[in-house]
Amino acid sequence: MKHGVLLHESHDDVGVAVEDLKKGSTVGALTLEGKAAGKVKLLHNVPLGHKVALRDIAKDKPVIKYGRPVGKAVADIKRGAHVHTHNVKTLRWTV
Amino acid sequence: MIDPKKLKLTGFKRPDGRFGVRNHVVILPVDDISNAAAEGVASLIKGTMALPHAYGRLQFGEDLELTFRTLSGTGRNPNVAACIVIGIEPVWTERIVKEIRKTGKPVEGFYIERTGDLMTIAKAARKAQEFVQYATQIQREAFPVSKLVMSTKCGESDTTTGLSSCPTVGRVFERLDKCGATMIFGETSELTGGEDIIQSRCVNSKVLAKFNYMFEDYTNLIKSQGVDLLGSQPTEGNIRGGLTTIEEKAMGNIQKIGRCKVQSALEPAVEPKGKGLHFMDSSSAAAEHITLCGAGGSVVHYFPTGQGNVIGNPIVPVIKLSGNPLTVRTMSEHIDVDVTGILKMTMNLDQAADHALKVLEQTINGRMTAAETLRHDEFSITKLYRSA
Repeated sequence: MKHGVLLHESHDDVGVAVEDLKKGSTVGALTLEGKAAGKVKLLHNVPLGHKVALRDIAKDKPVIKYGRPVGKAVADIKRGAHVHTHNVKTLRWTV
Repeated sequence: MIDPKKLKLTGFKRPDGRFGVRNHVVILPVDDISNAAAEGVASLIKGTMALPHAYGRLQFGEDLELTFRTLSGTGRNPNVAACIVIGIEPVWTERIVKEIRKTGKPVEGFYIERTGDLMTIAKAARKAQEFVQYATQIQREAFPVSKLVMSTKCGESDTTTGLSSCPTVGRVFERLDKCGATMIFGETSELTGGEDIIQSRCVNSKVLAKFNYMFEDYTNLIKSQGVDLLGSQPTEGNIRGGLTTIEEKAMGNIQKIGRCKVQSALEPAVEPKGKGLHFMDSSSAAAEHITLCGAGGSVVHYFPTGQGNVIGNPIVPVIKLSGNPLTVRTMSEHIDVDVTGILKMTMNLDQAADHALKVLEQTINGRMTAAETLRHDEFSITKLYRSA
């Protein structure tokens, strides 16, 4: 299967769409080193460069990318969902 | 894998022993009101370039010192063969002239009060003509990569910069580090979420303490404003490109330094002492950042971009790298190093680094970057606070 999503680390919660991905399609995930990281069915259209959840992430849980937290979920996120500012917020500079 | 020691680099040797990769004669205004005279000289004499800017009047304290350092550092940069300095009055003008003169390169100051713009232009133009004829006689000569001073900063980042163009620079920097080159990075606020990585790379506790001081100073400034930086950091362009938080952006940014250690934490616009990678406390705004690096002696710059920042600099050639296929397709005239193969898995990071090194060699040897051909000459002084 042609890869549609790239990951920094094999256990990251989210991967990056390498092209515009269509809702309902199933794409393969690879790490930057070319290691297979399973496949995922898209719940939404995800534009090139935007993130896809590779597993369910519960509200208030950290979101792991680069093998470390890069924010927290502010809503329950389903595997295959588009992950962005609508469902993830920074853990820093909070006012 | 290309060993940077094998690159055939040529440049212009300056009296202080440093090498430039460009040979500019610069007409430098001390203050905003001297821009017109500086531009007047540049319009008369072929081969000169004025660097107009917005500041230089009624600044004080640290903010004034930074403006002085930025202007004199720009004149001192090895890409500048000779420099005319024009200010409204003699005292501040001569302060800058004196700093530039320490490099041994030709420099002369002119003042507008009691002379007027027209006579100042006439006098400065005569000197500028002499400087251009001096500069155009200088021949390029070979120099080792250990004499190279360069910088990096990314812009309009997205998730592709963290996957492709930034780690490409990281791989190149690891190789340059081994060859004794000098590299500068910065973007203080944009390390937020990855500052522990920078801290772990500091070579000793003194460097660590200085980095921490600079980082906390910036963080406190942001907190003191009591605002959510979403939209500014990450920028709207970053968000459009898929970056969600400052932590995610920082992790992409930090890929640019590879596994290099941090040898020192520099104040903005300060020239690094010694080889290896140096952190410079700086804004993440591209024009300000590259202007500060140029003042710190950088002669060439790697600029990874995701969504397509079009930045350039008048004295420092800016090499743009992008791994975003949409950007490379729609903004090809801005991109020097195409690393889109990384997302397609047709190119690995070592191959991308080889490509970036080849373009670095060509650029150093005189090939114009995309930004140079497009006249992207952004020169922006960092202002720390209000003037008096």
